[in-house]
Amino acid sequence: MKVALAALFALSIAASASADDVLDTRLKALENELRCLVCQNQTLADSNAPLAEDLRREVRELATSGKSDDEIRAYLVARYGDFVLYKPPVKSTTYVLWFAPFLLLAAGAAAWWSLVRRRARLSANAGSLAPSAQAAAARTLLDD
Amino acid sequence: MKVLRWSLPLAIFLVVLGFLFVGLFRDPREVPSPLIGKPAPAFALSQLHEPTRTLTTADMRGQVWLLNVWASWCVSCRVEHPLLVDLARANVVPVIGLAYKDKRDDGLNWLKANGDPYRLSIVDQDGRVGIDFGVYGVPETFVIDKAGIIRYKQIGPLTADALKQTILPLVRELQRS
Repeated sequence: MKVALAALFALSIAASASADDVLDTRLKALENELRCLVCQNQTLADSNAPLAEDLRREVRELATSGKSDDEIRAYLVARYGDFVLYKPPVKSTTYVLWFAPFLLLAAGAAAWWSLVRRRARLSANAGSLAPSAQAAAARTLLDD
Repeated sequence: MKVLRWSLPLAIFLVVLGFLFVGLFRDPREVPSPLIGKPAPAFALSQLHEPTRTLTTADMRGQVWLLNVWASWCVSCRVEHPLLVDLARANVVPVIGLAYKDKRDDGLNWLKANGDPYRLSIVDQDGRVGIDFGVYGVPETFVIDKAGIIRYKQIGPLTADALKQTILPLVRELQRS
């Protein structure tokens, strides 16, 4: 009987500990993508500012009361704006932020492509010169 | 094509330069509040001078008022305080003081030493109402209209310019409507 009780006790401790662990890792992940408003380049998880402590407490309470990660994010965005999110949402005001890098990449690829084509054309032209003419051209260049 | 060769990099350079130049004069600590144009969060807080009495958002309905978030531990609150005292003397708009994460005695002593410009003072000891208002840098001042809508938020200490050019004209306009 005693052994069974002890086993049950140990089991319940283990169960509650693992539930805590699950909550802790979930909160840690969430706090790592939220910005501390006071020291703006730190996450809520990293910051020691009093406001960050309060917000961590708030986030924990919301999580234990059964709110989902999205609901917790929405709670903070309603108070502090999108700035609290390290990963900004895709919406009309952030299109430039999200898509400009791809546009620049495409522009760069286009510029590179046209450059390569022009080089190819030039070297094709150079190849058509007679060898002696090439040597003469090289010599005039070197003499300059 | 030849022209593009030097004009395109120059144009890009000038655009970047323009962005950087504008950036010089912007304060990254000022985060636009999503609460502007939204109803002020409901609160019921104990008054600083009479702990048994409370003040709620609903009590302020029907008048334009300022909510000034301050604390006795807040250094820059001392900077704006004389402006608030002057404002109280002019008696144009009621200012409610919210002692943010402050001990009652500290707050009372601070007001005794520096002058009390507030129509009423309330205490937010655990900072929850501050969070509801999106407060992240004390002092902050909110302009709230007759319907209880937040119309403006000053982040950081009030300045004579901000009062004269933005806050007081806005208050007058809201009081007329």
